[in-house]
Amino acid sequence: MQTENIVQLKDISVTFDGETVLDNLSLDIKDKEFITFLGPSGCGKTTTLRLIAGFLEPDTGDVIFEGKKINGVPAYKRQVNTIFQRYALFPHLNVYENVAFGLRVKKLPNDQIKEKVTEMLKLVNLSGLEKRSIDTLSGGQQQRVAIARAIANHPKVLLLDEPLAALDLKLRKDMQKELKKIQEQLGITFIFVTHDQEEALTMSDRVVVMDGGKIQQVGTPQDIYNEPQNAFVADFIGESNIVDGVMLKDYYVEFSGAKFDCLDKGFEMNELVDVVVRPEDVDIVPVDKGMLTGVVTSVSFLGVHYEIIVDIGGFKWMIQTTDEHFVDDKVGLYIEPDAIHIMKKSEYSGLYGDYSSYSEEIDHLSDPEEVAE
Amino acid sequence: MNKKSFGNKLVACPYIVWSAIFIIVPLVIMAYFALTDANGVFTLANLASLGRYKKAFAISIVYAVISTVITLLLAYPMAYFMTKLKISSQKMIMMIVMLPMWMNFLIRTYSWISILANTGIINTVLGKLGIGPLKLINTPGAVILGMVYDFIPYMILPIYSVMSKIDNSLLEASDDLGANAFNKFKRVIFPLSRPGVISGITMVFVPSVSTFYISQKLGGNKTMLIGDTIEYFYNSGPDYYNIASAISLILMVLIMLSLFVMNRFTNDESGGVVI
Repeated sequence: MQTENIVQLKDISVTFDGETVLDNLSLDIKDKEFITFLGPSGCGKTTTLRLIAGFLEPDTGDVIFEGKKINGVPAYKRQVNTIFQRYALFPHLNVYENVAFGLRVKKLPNDQIKEKVTEMLKLVNLSGLEKRSIDTLSGGQQQRVAIARAIANHPKVLLLDEPLAALDLKLRKDMQKELKKIQEQLGITFIFVTHDQEEALTMSDRVVVMDGGKIQQVGTPQDIYNEPQNAFVADFIGESNIVDGVMLKDYYVEFSGAKFDCLDKGFEMNELVDVVVRPEDVDIVPVDKGMLTGVVTSVSFLGVHYEIIVDIGGFKWMIQTTDEHFVDDKVGLYIEPDAIHIMKKSEYSGLYGDYSSYSEEIDHLSDPEEVAE
Repeated sequence: MNKKSFGNKLVACPYIVWSAIFIIVPLVIMAYFALTDANGVFTLANLASLGRYKKAFAISIVYAVISTVITLLLAYPMAYFMTKLKISSQKMIMMIVMLPMWMNFLIRTYSWISILANTGIINTVLGKLGIGPLKLINTPGAVILGMVYDFIPYMILPIYSVMSKIDNSLLEASDDLGANAFNKFKRVIFPLSRPGVISGITMVFVPSVSTFYISQKLGGNKTMLIGDTIEYFYNSGPDYYNIASAISLILMVLIMLSLFVMNRFTNDESGGVVI
């Protein structure tokens, strides 16, 4: 059992200057998985990574590596390697020497170093650039050198601290695929930190959603998206309409003044709940066929679809549809039972999931008179 | 474009005039005196006679090398440990390092006399303990001590400023890749601080090799350094300006040569001296 988990964090707390950064956090990380820490800045995800790397010690709690407690083991003795946010390549060394750094420290013979570096540079598609100095490389190339340098040491776990944040969108997408490919080739654990939810969903086997130094939810990308545990997760991952509801009985919920069939059960009778409906799961239908009715307050065309804000009894819903609608149209909304997800009330209830401020922003931007001013 | 470059020239103008009057013209005058005799007739006799001063040249260079090495050995660890302190402590120490520079160096040299003299502070204390008096003043050691004391801030400053700019993530990367403290120093910290070391060496070696006064006051006139020789001739009246200029010219050439060699040291990777 133990060997399956390569890294375990047990009841970890960290405070900086009296401010709690990690609050009693526990997590098991499986061998060979691609796991992502996802959350807004300041949520503690990078701190968690630095604990595993050994740059930081927890105030309380244990960091366990392959079943052994490694609190107090200095970073240079840990079998993990890191890809830093700004790459942290050595400016006084060329590409070859950067990749060879860890191998030279281990005092490997030169011919083995050469073989290894050549193999690594080939893996990241940088063959032929051995002699180049770091500052002549593009951001994407520097990123590749950083990857080669980290994996040349054969770490059991690779830590990636927002490694793609500095790249432009196109390059980022390519690198996402490439990193995933490298992870499969090497067959080692990747622990990836990002604030980009799309990146997390695309690459990960499991996603750890964090906020306020706590883990909000751990699960596969599908779990996280389809079954968010609270309003924070629902809002942070993708777009969500989150409304107050009452669970009348199993499989039956009331919200926005109407009653709906749903697939959720296990709540108390008449328990107050948060109801999540994803914008792409709502169909716009004629008013007489709608389960809810409202007025369109804003429409924006995003290429693939329209993003429409509909006012339903004062609560603004976001709906994504490929059909065009116009502001002030009266529309009906139709919601399938499997489009409704029920969550228990949490500290995040009421903070997220209303698009009122969003729609005002759009109004503001699309109002030609105001723009002209 | 033209307008801008004209503006640039206008701004640069005072500096060009300044350097012409206070750097170029004196150099030309020095070269003129070095290459003429007392009657203003061209001659190489001054330069040819410099063989007589080769001992002074040699001693000056030896003293300068010794004091530069000592300065470096003291300043480097100090600069390194400064960067490990809190920012406020770093500023404080920087202040203390710079403080003596606010005082005239003649006064600072004088104060060493009262410390090192046979009846000075050290020997008085030792005498009370029944030791000594030790011969401290008027020794080569005293001259080198004076040089190290006077020039050490010029070594600490550039090394500290380069070291404090080393990105912490590079040190973490080095830890991460398995380097222990020794390897981290050898493979990351030292190579990255080398530009500071080079400019520190330059800034200490150049004034050391041409220094005067320190050797007169702390060395008891027993060791004539090349700087003292030059001063001696200039003080001996206009007839000796030619020989004084010739020595200065050669000293300058020697300094420029050593700077050139130094620059070759850095240019390969880290790019030039930061002075």
